[in-house]
Amino acid sequence: MKNKNLYNYILGIADNSLILGQRLGELCGHGPTLETDIACTNVSLDLFGQVRSYFQYAAKIADDGRTEDDIAMLRKEREYLNVLLVEQPNTNFAYTIGRQFLFDVYHLAFLTELEKSKDLTLSAIAKKSIKEVRYHERFSSDWVKRLGDGTEESKTKMQEAINDLWTYTDELFHQTEADKAMVKEGIGVDVTKLKEDYYENVSELLEESTLEVPESKYFQKGGKKGIHTEHMGYLLAELQYMQRAYPNMEW
Amino acid sequence: MSEEQIKNLEEQFEARIARDEKIEPKDWMPEKYRQTHIRQMSQHAHSEIVGMLPEGNWITRAPSLRRKVALLAKVQDEAGHGLYLYSATETLGISRDEMYEQLHTGKAKYSSIFNYPTVTWADMGAIGWLVDGAAIINQVPLCNTSYGPYARAMIRVCKEESFHQRQGYEIMIKLANGTPEQKEMAQDALNRWWWPSLMMLGPTDAESIHTEQSMKWKLKRKSNDDLRQQFIDQTVPQADLIGLTIPDPDLKWNEERGSYDFGEIDWDEFWQVVKGHGPMNKERMKARVGAWEEGEWVRDAAMAHAEKKQNRKEKEAV
Repeated sequence: MKNKNLYNYILGIADNSLILGQRLGELCGHGPTLETDIACTNVSLDLFGQVRSYFQYAAKIADDGRTEDDIAMLRKEREYLNVLLVEQPNTNFAYTIGRQFLFDVYHLAFLTELEKSKDLTLSAIAKKSIKEVRYHERFSSDWVKRLGDGTEESKTKMQEAINDLWTYTDELFHQTEADKAMVKEGIGVDVTKLKEDYYENVSELLEESTLEVPESKYFQKGGKKGIHTEHMGYLLAELQYMQRAYPNMEW
Repeated sequence: MSEEQIKNLEEQFEARIARDEKIEPKDWMPEKYRQTHIRQMSQHAHSEIVGMLPEGNWITRAPSLRRKVALLAKVQDEAGHGLYLYSATETLGISRDEMYEQLHTGKAKYSSIFNYPTVTWADMGAIGWLVDGAAIINQVPLCNTSYGPYARAMIRVCKEESFHQRQGYEIMIKLANGTPEQKEMAQDALNRWWWPSLMMLGPTDAESIHTEQSMKWKLKRKSNDDLRQQFIDQTVPQADLIGLTIPDPDLKWNEERGSYDFGEIDWDEFWQVVKGHGPMNKERMKARVGAWEEGEWVRDAAMAHAEKKQNRKEKEAV
């Protein structure tokens, strides 16, 4: 492939949306209220919309006959480059919201920078996605506040979710080889520069929600290199089921 | 109010409906009208919500990104329909929580079709094509029903349903024109969903208890049997067109009637499912009740938070 770095760079972005969208899709019809159900589905829909734009672009760059669906559904687990955060399960609504919030704050900052990319396709996708992700961030922040500053029970649950998910936040700011190459070309975003603002914004919102900012300095990583948590294989088994069971067919 | 006054009001009320005027929430209405509408509209809302489950079952496994997005959007539409149908029903003086309670305790019914399992991807096509197809036939006349909020909700619902129906049929076209394995999957789905779809249009007229009154109030415009015939006549050519076979050996065009004759419906199966003993009744209720119970702490938190916010605001004002 001529432009392997760009291809991998796109995958790194798109896989986050793909896997998070898939997680949210699991909840459709099972939410705590009809309104949250609709909202979570909406976020999932936005993310899959973004995924399609990214993978259609990746397919063009790969130029080896693969389609967006081949790229989305026919890779091996080790070839998925999403961060560990987004593959974490829907343990309960606090985990779903916590995962969403911790990702959204990053995602919004990331897209704001990506819009400045020299790559016009990526810039256009970012521009369109920012509007959607701004809403995601408002939705998840509002729920962190409600659950954090709600009842004793909700506060305990929300705090537990934040504590557990915190360990996956640092990886958001790790640079891959593809990242470094793309930053150099003015295409990619230097994620290391987003870190300080991220923790500041997240901490501020947690405090407003009467929650504690976790102090743990032990972080997990690996997703960006394709080394995932044990949850990932099951998620992919569902995502890939039809493409694996009925290969080379059109749907 | 004297009996005569009530009688007078009732006469005026029936005359308004006969003149095709809409009844609005604040208008006087007979208690029976209110109760009948609560029953039918909430049942309709419940059907939308329970109906999310069989299709939701395939969201994570949809075969392509395009199909996944379309399915997500469809199930989300159903949640939206549920939402405004619950709201429309609330105008009759019942809360959404009360309606949920009736659903969860089995007092309120929902469409029996959703008590069948979705076992292959082709079921997503069959549900859109057949189940939404039958639903539209049931619902289009309701766009002119006498109760204003219901009629207006139905106009929007029907628009989206007909889009879903086309989307479902399109899934079937693709499968029917695909590999032999895909075509077999489509035929198998048609075989399993055909009869339950016919049952969806309700018991035969002889057994239907609500028809006469409902006709008067324009909650119903045609009898169950007429609607069923309309559905069959409309659907058989669609199956022919894509080379699928309706699983009814007695199905035959009747030149004289200008309609299809069709085989005996297994009403024992219909009543078994209605009475709660279909393949998925228990699972569907378990999923709904489970979501409700597991969501309780979330709803409580939202209420508590709103109260705290309000209190803070009041304090600041002081």
